[in-house]
Amino acid sequence: MLIAVTSLTLIATCLGLILGIAARRFHVEPPELVSELEAMLPGSQCGQCGFPGCNGAAEALADGLAPVTLCPPGGPALALALADKLGVQVELGAMGEREPTIAAVREDICIGCTKCFKECPTDAIHGAMKQMHSVMKEACTGCGKCAEICPTEAVTLVPVAATLGNWRWREPAFA
Amino acid sequence: MGFRDLIADFKLQWGVHPDGHKSLTSERPIESMPLPERLVLPLAQHIGAPARPVVAPGERVLRGQRLAEPVGMVSSAVHAPTSGRIADIGDYPVPHPSGLAAAALVLLPDGLDEPVAFEPCEDPHSLEADEIARRVAAGGVVGLGGATFPAAVKLGLGKRNPVHTLLLNGGECEPYLSCDDRTMRERPQAVVDGARLMARALGAQAVVIGIERNKPAAIAAVQLAASGHPEVSVRALPVRYPMGSEKQLVAYLTGVEVPAGGLSAEVGVVVHNVGTAAEVSRVLRTGEPLTHRALTVSGAAISRPANLRVAIGTSVADIIAHCGGVRRDVARYVMGGPMMGMLLPGTDVPVVKGSSGVLSLTSEEAGGGSASACIRCARCAGVCPIGLQPFEMAARIRAGRAEAAVDLGLKDCIGCGSCAYTCPAKIPLSHYFSYAKGSLAAAERSRLKNESIKKLTAARSERLAREAREKAEAAARRKAEREAAKRRAAEAAAGEAAEERREVPQVSA
Repeated sequence: MLIAVTSLTLIATCLGLILGIAARRFHVEPPELVSELEAMLPGSQCGQCGFPGCNGAAEALADGLAPVTLCPPGGPALALALADKLGVQVELGAMGEREPTIAAVREDICIGCTKCFKECPTDAIHGAMKQMHSVMKEACTGCGKCAEICPTEAVTLVPVAATLGNWRWREPAFA
Repeated sequence: MGFRDLIADFKLQWGVHPDGHKSLTSERPIESMPLPERLVLPLAQHIGAPARPVVAPGERVLRGQRLAEPVGMVSSAVHAPTSGRIADIGDYPVPHPSGLAAAALVLLPDGLDEPVAFEPCEDPHSLEADEIARRVAAGGVVGLGGATFPAAVKLGLGKRNPVHTLLLNGGECEPYLSCDDRTMRERPQAVVDGARLMARALGAQAVVIGIERNKPAAIAAVQLAASGHPEVSVRALPVRYPMGSEKQLVAYLTGVEVPAGGLSAEVGVVVHNVGTAAEVSRVLRTGEPLTHRALTVSGAAISRPANLRVAIGTSVADIIAHCGGVRRDVARYVMGGPMMGMLLPGTDVPVVKGSSGVLSLTSEEAGGGSASACIRCARCAGVCPIGLQPFEMAARIRAGRAEAAVDLGLKDCIGCGSCAYTCPAKIPLSHYFSYAKGSLAAAERSRLKNESIKKLTAARSERLAREAREKAEAAARRKAEREAAKRRAAEAAAGEAAEERREVPQVSA
């Protein structure tokens, strides 16, 4: 019994040592992981993830400091792609809670200051000096930079309206 | 029933046998329903891009006038079912499981039913193939079986793939529905005529009309109508759901399986519904567009089950009122058949080109009950016409792995509902598949949006860089100009000074 325990412990220790040394000796830095991750992110530098732009987010992802669900404009599709890339499990439940939003201009209080469309990372707002601005739904990511900068709070984030095009079946309730 | 059919029936493994309930309406001839007070004509009554309105609110329109034109390759026009005034163009409830509103025209009939000048055609069989397809498109004809694919687009399939056979689907395998049965019995000439015209447009040599054996009168009527045309044959189909599904019909009648994700035209076959054929014949011969359709009003709750010919845009509430209202509590209103039809959130929705039935079902008919755990009896796998494993797909979807369900063939699922119908544990299998298909489509949409946003941000940073560069260049240019001007001024000043210096001695001399 003692012999068996000792020998197995010895073998385990030796193998563990070999594995440990091999892990350090043959460690390969994943090549250009950060730039690959950055290429997958939307690149709008909106900062909704809390990191300084998409590059910062990619670095955090590569270091394992951020969850793959960090990017709201990317949505579940990006989260899945990132999880696939990084080989981690993804918990999409947390993403569903955040309702997708887009910016909307309240026409009566917009003063046409042009601040919002200079700020918009995707050029989704158009307008001119002293003219009312409006948002192009297709290009808006709902990052909220315009809402922050608007001096009259005329830009607000509103939930994306349900249409026949984006409606889909809910998950069936199961007992 | 020939030997070949016996063998084919023996080989059929899939499908279910739901209660037909056809006798409620199958002996009731199609009657014309009077026009309601208001017609709501959705702009998207077909698969593809919604039509674009070509009339304005307040305008008076005539019967058969085009109200909305097709947009893009796959689309269809909308025509006025009667004369009247366009009251509004806006969002109105449409038949859709979401209960959402979508763009529609509201037409208030004036009771005069004044038509535009139609162009009848004496002999449509002398028309060129392209001209037949063009007139079918101009008539706004879509697949009336329920899929509502623009018929003319399907007639153009013959150009890309050689089509040898046109199959007409007279299966009508959904329970309750009998409007196709009645159309075949009452207008067999139109069905055969439309089929021959469509075969001409497709360049198909043969027409096979498949009719389920539970409609002997329809088989006899169509056989009689087809007797003078050797290229048209009628085949009896086994009574089994979903026999009327395109791929199953092609496999049964031709023995060739349509490849996964492919069109039946790839194997040289195009399938149209018998109702579509009858409409094609009428549209080509009279020149009048598709503005009315036959549908079955049935279910145990309706007072007077019937087959009606209604103006498209008539509301479900008006149809139910015309049929004497409901006499029992209605558990659900369904548009189409009970297997693949659409649960209606209310009766304030119009009938569209693809509506084959309006059912008022009682709670006994609707069934239901809560789901229990899967016992892996594999009945669903046995009845699946595609040969998928619904229980395993649903388990993966429930675990949040829709992608893994795709590996099992989720995209080949035709949504027939046979699996959910047969499940002893009452698991809503087809609901799981609709949900998973929806999530995959949403993921695809968000991927496309991300791509376009990436392009936008790249364009923006490029523009900002260009503007900065141009500003710097302009500044540099201005600076250079200023310096040049300064230098010239200095040179001029120096020149003048030299002149003065030269002049000074002269003056002093």
